Amino acid sequence: MKVGIVVFPGSNCDRDVYHVLNDVLGLGAQYVWHTEKAINDFDALILPGGFSYGDRLRAGVIAAQSPIVEAIKKKADEGLPILGICNGFQILVEAGLLPGALMRNDKLQFSCKWLKIEVLNVNTPFTNLLRLNDEISIPIAHGEGRYVIGDDKLHHLYENNQIVFKYKDQNPNGSTEMIAAICNEEGNVMGLMPHPERATETILSPTHAKSNAGLIFLSLKNFLSNYIKN
Amino acid sequence: MLTRKEDIYLREKLGRKPNLLEIDMIDAEWSEHCSYKSSRKYVKLLPSSGKRVIVGPGYDAGVLDLGNDDVLTVHIESHNHPSAVEPYGGAATGVGGVIRDIISMGTRPIALLNALRFSSLNGANKTSKAKWLFKNVVKGIADYGNCIGIPTVGGDIEFDDSFKDYCLVDVAAIGLGKKDKLIANHANDGDLIVLAGNPTGKDGIRGASFASKLLDEEDRSAVQIPDPFLEKLIIEATIEAAKNNCINAIKDLGGGGLSCCLSELSHLVNRGFEIELSSVHTKVAGLSPNEIMISESQERMVYIINKQKLSTFDKIFNKYGITYSIIGKVHGQDNLNILFHGKAIANISCNLMVNAPLCNRKSKKPEYLKKIKKKIVLDKIRDYNIILLDMLSNPNIGNKNWVYQQYDHEVGLRTVIKPGANASVIKINDNKFVSIKLDGNSKHCYLDPYHGTLGCLSEACRNVICTGAEPIGIIDHLQFGSPENPQIYWTFKESIEAIIDFCNFMKIPVVGGKVSFYNETMNSPIKPSPIIGTIGLIEDRWHITTNVPNVGDTLFILGQTNEELGGSEYFDSHLHSKYGNVPMVDLETDRRNNLAVLHLIQNGLVDCAHDCSKGGIGTALAELAISGKLGITVDLKKVPNNCSRYDYLLFSETHSRFIIGTRQPDKVNKILSSRNCIFSEIGKVDRTKILNLCYSGKEIINLPYDDLNLGYNTMNHIMNGT
Repeated sequence: MKVGIVVFPGSNCDRDVYHVLNDVLGLGAQYVWHTEKAINDFDALILPGGFSYGDRLRAGVIAAQSPIVEAIKKKADEGLPILGICNGFQILVEAGLLPGALMRNDKLQFSCKWLKIEVLNVNTPFTNLLRLNDEISIPIAHGEGRYVIGDDKLHHLYENNQIVFKYKDQNPNGSTEMIAAICNEEGNVMGLMPHPERATETILSPTHAKSNAGLIFLSLKNFLSNYIKN
Repeated sequence: MLTRKEDIYLREKLGRKPNLLEIDMIDAEWSEHCSYKSSRKYVKLLPSSGKRVIVGPGYDAGVLDLGNDDVLTVHIESHNHPSAVEPYGGAATGVGGVIRDIISMGTRPIALLNALRFSSLNGANKTSKAKWLFKNVVKGIADYGNCIGIPTVGGDIEFDDSFKDYCLVDVAAIGLGKKDKLIANHANDGDLIVLAGNPTGKDGIRGASFASKLLDEEDRSAVQIPDPFLEKLIIEATIEAAKNNCINAIKDLGGGGLSCCLSELSHLVNRGFEIELSSVHTKVAGLSPNEIMISESQERMVYIINKQKLSTFDKIFNKYGITYSIIGKVHGQDNLNILFHGKAIANISCNLMVNAPLCNRKSKKPEYLKKIKKKIVLDKIRDYNIILLDMLSNPNIGNKNWVYQQYDHEVGLRTVIKPGANASVIKINDNKFVSIKLDGNSKHCYLDPYHGTLGCLSEACRNVICTGAEPIGIIDHLQFGSPENPQIYWTFKESIEAIIDFCNFMKIPVVGGKVSFYNETMNSPIKPSPIIGTIGLIEDRWHITTNVPNVGDTLFILGQTNEELGGSEYFDSHLHSKYGNVPMVDLETDRRNNLAVLHLIQNGLVDCAHDCSKGGIGTALAELAISGKLGITVDLKKVPNNCSRYDYLLFSETHSRFIIGTRQPDKVNKILSSRNCIFSEIGKVDRTKILNLCYSGKEIINLPYDDLNLGYNTMNHIMNGT
């Protein structure tokens, strides 16, 4: 099982995801620098958070133009599980792999805090170990995380069960329908604004209580081990 | 501008008349900002050695040994003048500068902290300058730190009207590395000198000199422009180059630009440099050699590399898309030979450059100290609840989440105790943690710079101890008005003496520091504002302690509460009077209480711990109730004290006091008695969600959690305009 962590200039959660996958959860992960062309070896790809290209112009828009994204699009079409976290989500949206847009937070301020999200779709490679309506304690850290989408497309998201997580109790950034994560129609590409890699070690949670956010990565592990077995 | 004396000294040493470029170079390096000419004599006296100190205070970061090959680098800097003029860019470039000092040691930056000072937010409206400065400084720090992916884990914020139309922006950074991978700056004849990063431009010209005089004009061209994305690339490229043993020596460009960087680096490696300025990559064509030498364009580093390593270096820097130019080579001893298109245009000994003639400043006890009242008469208080809510809503005391939520304080997966508690705790590995806190108190330091500074030291150490850490190093940033004013210089000397006395007594070394003078506007000088940072070490994850109580905890207070309200938040906000009884630190008591609490924590007897200083017992107990969302019942009569009134008892800021919660009161009682501590059991934590403070049956405070929390979150409302 090999997971590729795609690193762009300015990515800054790449090392965190690497640590969690390799040292905490036992999924083999490797870095893939954005100029590398060979991404065929990987069973899944993760686009980590950060500030690719310094968020210039708009978060994710420059990284979305890089050649590796063309290769990622092909892999997405072939059904490879692809997860975008925070800036990774922004890149996937800018690349057209996920619908909608991520705009500046409604309060026009960066926001870093722990909150709760709830599970709406358990039929993805990233949520198969979770239960419907499960609550997850998880942190956000973003300035451009307000998910917006037109009414007709929103309807489509609901119809296809593409809303994977919603914020619970509070809307931290003004997202449409409190949306925190969505997937593509096929379910193999998911983008989420919160940071599951920051919630897998109990010592880092504010209450030092166990969070089930690690199940997002463990679902991927579960999915891949079944997939590889078959 | 060089003084007449300095000009004469320079000519004598050179044996000739310096040319204009040489004068510009010397002017930057001999500025107060770079040369420490008014402070060096005293800074040298700070105790800076210890078993964990690998590198003490110097040009870049100090280095502490954490054991098992782990080393911690730490550095603090300020960017006050630039931030007062252009808060966003000034604060952001302040972050950038201190980060480059950490990577200059070959270590990876893992956390940032800041100490900020602004004029009071009282009556702040949309157009208030204090609010504008505050908002933009925070945004500048956030945008820079967030982008480079280094968590801003904590800090200290104070509002006081002596900072009117001004602000202090101190940034501290810590880095983590391996002992054998530290860059031991050295150079050999023929090594290449490489300037990498941002092209040199006209931004920040004469910034070091700008920062070395009063702020009397808004010279925006002296402020630099931040580019955090480039900084992030430089961090990664430098770490990769260091890993590949490409770097013999390294130095970042800060105040005084290339001129100061080259002279200090040349002095550091004890070699001469030959520099061709026309090789420097620039933002625009036609920069004069003088501009190239003293420009303070940000995100630039100088590397000394062995010729054989150039191809590896080139590969790494190309990977990250960082422009660099080879601007010269190492040649001979102690000489900076500057060429422009092959023609020699300056030639100075670096030894001469980095050793500015020191100033003998006059010192005199300030007149104002003689006029301070020692005794005052206060009206009787009718409703203590109102007073406590007022105290909690004071931005100096209340919740600063409005600030900390704008910082990504978690990237890097190390932030165990998040900003806003006692001290921040950073994970080094599964069983090793570093605790760090910055503290300052300009109100105390104004009334008594010696005891005020001792108090800052005592408080910073106490905060670190509350998290379960043993203090292992101190950093200091001493900020004052003009040293040319003897009354201000006196306060500086008092302050530094306090640090010397404290650190000698506690045997904690000073591992880094800065002095910043000329912090004055045309209005007035700032109050003496030393900022103290304490770094602590936790060697067992079970020792990590928070300030969150649990139901059933028995509360103890350690330390006697004296009637010490001079410079307290209570007197400042309610009396606006200058009253002189500043809390005094008794070093013996301070150490005894610190060791006792550490002992209790290390024996698993402490459920929660909280420092009791700014705002006194009243606010400390309220903070505990708020952080636990629980009720607290305390009998104030049990608090060891000599206060004549309830409000004094509630809000006195006496040092060396802790409040701890425990599930094993008998054991705690026994241990504290055996250590001869002054202490008592004062109350309980319960489920009521009410803070109930009485004095042997008489109710003094009775406030529900919701009211406390609302008051405590006042800053949110002020800043969001709600």
